[in-house]
Amino acid sequence: MTAVTEKTAVVAADKGMTKREWIAGLVQRRGSLVVLALIVIVSTVAFDSFATVDNARNIAMQSSFLAIVALGMTFVIISGGIDLSVGSVYALGGVLAALGIQWGSLTGILLPLVVCGGIGMLNGALVAYGRLAPFIVTLATLLGARGLLLAITDEGSNTRVMPRDALLTQLGQGTLLGVGYPVWIAVVLFAVGAVMLQRTRFGHSVLAIGGSVEAARLMGLPVARRTMWLYTGSGLLAGLAGALAAAYSASGVTIVGVGFELDAIAAVVIGGTLLTGGAGTVGGTLAGVLLLMVIQNVINQIGTLSSHYQSVVSGAFLAAVVAIQAYLSRAHLGRERGT
Amino acid sequence: MTAEAVLDARGIGKRFPGVVALSEVDLTLPPGEVHALVGENGAGKSTLIKVLTGVYAPDSGELSYRGSPVRFSRPLDAQEAGISTVYQEINLVPLMSVASNLFLGREPRNRFGLLDFRAMNTAAAKLLESYGVHVDVTRPLRTLGAGVRQMVAVARAAASHARVVILDEPTSSLEPREVDTLFEIINRVRAEGAAVLYVSHRLDELYRICDTVTVLRDGRKVHNGPLKELSRLQLVALMLGRDLEQIQREGTTKFDSAPAEALETPVLAARGLTSQHRLHGVDVTVRPGEIVGLGGLLGAGRSETVRAIAGSLPVDSGAVTVAGKPVRSGSVAAAMRAGVVMLPEDRKSDGVLPDLSVRENIVLAALPRLSAGGLVSRRRQDAIVDTFMKRLRIKASSPDQKVGELSGGNQQKVLLARLLCREPKVLLLDEPTRGIDVGAKAEVQALVGELAAEGLGVVLISSEFEEVVEGSDSIVVLREGRVVAELRGADVTEQKLIAALADGGGHG
Repeated sequence: MTAVTEKTAVVAADKGMTKREWIAGLVQRRGSLVVLALIVIVSTVAFDSFATVDNARNIAMQSSFLAIVALGMTFVIISGGIDLSVGSVYALGGVLAALGIQWGSLTGILLPLVVCGGIGMLNGALVAYGRLAPFIVTLATLLGARGLLLAITDEGSNTRVMPRDALLTQLGQGTLLGVGYPVWIAVVLFAVGAVMLQRTRFGHSVLAIGGSVEAARLMGLPVARRTMWLYTGSGLLAGLAGALAAAYSASGVTIVGVGFELDAIAAVVIGGTLLTGGAGTVGGTLAGVLLLMVIQNVINQIGTLSSHYQSVVSGAFLAAVVAIQAYLSRAHLGRERGT
Repeated sequence: MTAEAVLDARGIGKRFPGVVALSEVDLTLPPGEVHALVGENGAGKSTLIKVLTGVYAPDSGELSYRGSPVRFSRPLDAQEAGISTVYQEINLVPLMSVASNLFLGREPRNRFGLLDFRAMNTAAAKLLESYGVHVDVTRPLRTLGAGVRQMVAVARAAASHARVVILDEPTSSLEPREVDTLFEIINRVRAEGAAVLYVSHRLDELYRICDTVTVLRDGRKVHNGPLKELSRLQLVALMLGRDLEQIQREGTTKFDSAPAEALETPVLAARGLTSQHRLHGVDVTVRPGEIVGLGGLLGAGRSETVRAIAGSLPVDSGAVTVAGKPVRSGSVAAAMRAGVVMLPEDRKSDGVLPDLSVRENIVLAALPRLSAGGLVSRRRQDAIVDTFMKRLRIKASSPDQKVGELSGGNQQKVLLARLLCREPKVLLLDEPTRGIDVGAKAEVQALVGELAAEGLGVVLISSEFEEVVEGSDSIVVLREGRVVAELRGADVTEQKLIAALADGGGHG
């Protein structure tokens, strides 16, 4: 063991991050939270009916379903993939819950989880082992799941009603400390998700796969296995969200969830996760979901504005976030070339 | 050397569609030894490494690791067995921290099974410091320089208690003192009893650090033995497949003889071209009508030199003048305006547009000159296309035939025609005959000669030494980004070129 001599000891000439990079990084990670806080403050002042317990409860409940779907999407996008099937899978989960509940609440919850998890696993297997493009694979299952949904509901003509007193229905409608169970479930899932992403080898390897799949593979990380589980998880969560939403409205409705995958992607990206993968946070996604939902709520508060404007505003946010991301990654590239 | 080999490959063969990449290759790595793997471009080094590390499955042959036969079906298997690899392109995750990159896949965990970042950062800092690298390990890797990233990659490989460490061109982005640090790490790894496989083109480094050597050529093992027993000349001769006797008969030459040339103004004069890690003060002078060849092994800086002249490689210092007028460096547009055009190495990706016609491909570059008020005169186009098709003897059924349907040689001529439309003063040719058949090759070579005879200055790169020697009036020999010799007149022979590559004389 030779001690390394002084002359060789200065390999890393320290180049601190530039101020611009630092600010850019902050905007990336916390931007959605700041905007969310601003909108909440302004709305509280502007609308009497905004900062009420009922309205907060309402926003939380509406957010919980999208949040659960967006959680799975966050992991998939961080790994460098995309899951377009979640909207259809979400709707399928609801209908399966309503279908299964006739044999008891347990079947009512297990049926959607098994089927939706299975669809997710199919996505994952095709992406991970079949080496197919996630965009195409999940587009195919988006169509397939929607078709399956129409088949089991006679083209959507029969909407199944779930019995009010069933345990599963209660899971959607009941409250704890005045807050609905779906909100609690979402909160718990996000806490678990945050720990998984930040503090486990699993999460670490997801970040590595998204950062550079080739490097992850050559470092000996189990890329294919991880990828498959990510899509399985995304399908499971979409199915769960669908089942909870069905329980909340006590019916399995076929027309829900169209375009839901895009809302989830928007929330993830607004939350600061790079669409190219490799970086992102679960907390950011939560802020992104709330931001979308608060915007919707505020537009409802204004009342005179058509609710369609909600999409316009959400779209504008998304465009702004993607523009900032592009600007940031160009800053990174410039740096790499400079070194 | 009686110790049992850590890794032993016997009769390895690997073919890809249309190519035999490896055939009957043997490689033995005993513990505590640094083994050099050398060979020119396409010799099969990268393929062999990928076979050893489980990226590719061999088509034939056997691999045995620590005495028992193994079959790695993926990189993870090889890695878990104790074979660590540092690939040529640094394979780390730029967005993640230095510490994460060091420990990915084997991160320390606390008693709840969660990652213990404090332990990880401490261990990472300690590990890097023991290698003389002082860096904030929580910084994302992308914010660090190429040298540090390379050291992190090496540290990752060395720290995983590997039995075999494979280093593929580890010094290509390192400063000299970083190379020293790297060699200390290698010595430590060797002292711990691991086997090291070291791939590099830098002869100085090979002789500094390696004990034994395997030479590959065209997918076959051509030599294996202690490195000390081989002279540099012998090593280069083996790599290139040249007759050593013949080279030795020629003897060593003085390469500093630069006979006084005609006082004509050079059409191209590049002075002191310097680009970090790649070029170190390269001078190239081309007189009108002269063909100057660039000689050198892979990675010597030949392509970089022409790219620097053409403005597509940013230079740190150095100047280019064309016909006595200085050209702004780092700008392709400025170089083109000054009359410098380049035929890129990769015809398919950087050159022809296969779905467009011969006419469209030729006049593409000349469109601005041919148009008036945004409209392009078809008659003038036809005139130019007709001229060049005749002059360069382009064989196409008509100017409207798609370029993609032509042979490789004719595609290359179409590209040449496109460059010549701009009425250049200097033509830079990077591998002009690669991938075209023998007949077409001779024709392209003849054409280049004719163009030079008309007063054009030509810089020629070819990995085929005969081509450089036959085609060039003088040769600038490069090694590791420096000019190590200039051959002129009677000295322009294959033997002298090879001798210059091996010997090279004192560094500029």
